[in-house]
Amino acid sequence: MSSFVQWLTESMFLWKALIIIVIFAITLGIAAYSTWAERKVAAYIQDRRGPNRAGWGGLLQPLADAGKMFFKEDFIPAQADKWLFILGPCLSMFTALMSSAVVPFGNSFIIGGKEVFVQAIEINIGILYVFGVVSLGVYGVMIGGWASNNKFSLLGAIRAASQNISYELAMGMSIIAILMMSGTLSIREIVSQQHGGNWNIFYQPLGFLIFTVCAFAECNRTPFDLPECETELVGGYHTEYSSMKLGFYLFAEYINMFASSAVTACLFFGGYNYPGMDFVEAQLISALGANVGHNVATLVGIGSMFTKILFGIFFFMWVRWTVPRFRYDQLMNLGWKGLIPLAVANLVITAGAILSGYKLVGIWVGLALMVVLISVGWSIRPKKKNAILGA
Amino acid sequence: MQLTNRAKKTDKSELSLFERSYLPSLATGLGITIKHFFQKKPTIEYPEQKRYLGPVFRGHHILKRDEEGRERCTACGLCAVACPAEAISMVAQERVKGEEHLYREEKYAAVYEINMLRCIFCGLCEEACPKQAVYLRHDKFVPVFTDRSDVIYGKDQLVEDMNHRYQRDAWTKEDAMKLWK
Repeated sequence: MSSFVQWLTESMFLWKALIIIVIFAITLGIAAYSTWAERKVAAYIQDRRGPNRAGWGGLLQPLADAGKMFFKEDFIPAQADKWLFILGPCLSMFTALMSSAVVPFGNSFIIGGKEVFVQAIEINIGILYVFGVVSLGVYGVMIGGWASNNKFSLLGAIRAASQNISYELAMGMSIIAILMMSGTLSIREIVSQQHGGNWNIFYQPLGFLIFTVCAFAECNRTPFDLPECETELVGGYHTEYSSMKLGFYLFAEYINMFASSAVTACLFFGGYNYPGMDFVEAQLISALGANVGHNVATLVGIGSMFTKILFGIFFFMWVRWTVPRFRYDQLMNLGWKGLIPLAVANLVITAGAILSGYKLVGIWVGLALMVVLISVGWSIRPKKKNAILGA
Repeated sequence: MQLTNRAKKTDKSELSLFERSYLPSLATGLGITIKHFFQKKPTIEYPEQKRYLGPVFRGHHILKRDEEGRERCTACGLCAVACPAEAISMVAQERVKGEEHLYREEKYAAVYEINMLRCIFCGLCEEACPKQAVYLRHDKFVPVFTDRSDVIYGKDQLVEDMNHRYQRDAWTKEDAMKLWK
């Protein structure tokens, strides 16, 4: 028994379990308060106050919402496939929660002479894992929509599937440019390479743009929330859902927002890095000693990571209450004819810049060249007769 | 043929490449929404804050008494006839000896009821009344009902309290705001 206790304390097991539980709790907490923040942001943008009755400033609103969800009738349509109908929201929630497992939320804590990463699991194919899990997420929507046995749900599910497949391509290619620069698939490694203000956003402005647009599409957020548009599809894939099953779908969307903001922060904004972090860490170590100083510096890094994530979530909401929904053909055109060619061009430019040896200058010159080429091509294109506006 | 110069000419020229990239208009839109985000909100948080309604607001009904505390209403029924929502009903009774200090006229309303679910607060009863008995107060709302039995207001809720007499004063905004505190 005592050897087991010794093993527990000496191995990483306890610390890892603690970190996983904390990250899980924080993910759920942030997702819950995203629902509150979404209402607040929507209200403020529309010159309203938003929920402010439940608790101070409406802070208990997520609890009230959850209570409402649980007390609603949990209805399963007679013609629906019962088990798949239940599986849909479960899968959605499950994949949403899994995706933040490889995200490094901070550097590391030194506890008892051991370095513990602030990350649930450090795997050397982190990005691949995120992509795998995120693309599984569409199964939740697809299964739920199909099992409902309702044509609007099915249409919504089909839209979700085709939209996710289309945008995953461009998203993947925009990330390959980053992978070429960093030479690793490990998110922690990518983050640590951005140390010292060396953020990828400066190297990959186009890649960032493509990634952001695709992230909106992957999260089914406006302007790409076609799978759940109320006006055409009566709610899309979750038309038939009620009670906490519907709650799971809606909640999964917010968790996905959190996860994609976290991944964006890691890939483009240096994750837990912040300007002047070496100086801060040196000061803290000289003031508090090597171990405690390092741990406190890590906490500051976690703070910077969460600042970036929260801004990302705010940006999601800000865009949602600004941009109207795309039409479906516009969505497909943007994905296949706009973003994928741009992502390929971005890949070529990045490759050329890496080969030339001047990464930063090369990429910006390459992008400028691309813009010039596209505008020249645009101005000498054959003009259509009777061109309909925007066609 | 141009009738007014209010018509706005739309620009139907083809979009430039820059405009077609969707980004400039997106940035403009985000700018507009963030501007609204930080703007002062016009919301009046009702039960805590109250809007200035002016001195001619028509709220809670009141059955006035005269200076000696006698009810003015003589149960003529003109208010009930005038009421477009048919919210008012009453039962008249003859005043007997010894009640002169209670009722001004020889006939009075033994029962006077207003159904507040029907009432539309138009003020026609106030205009119809020949005895200046019924008024709609400018300083008091009819509160929210939570029960059907609260809906019909009888004389106990309508007749003026001599200790807190109602007068339509507060003609300036500042005075009227004080009433709503």
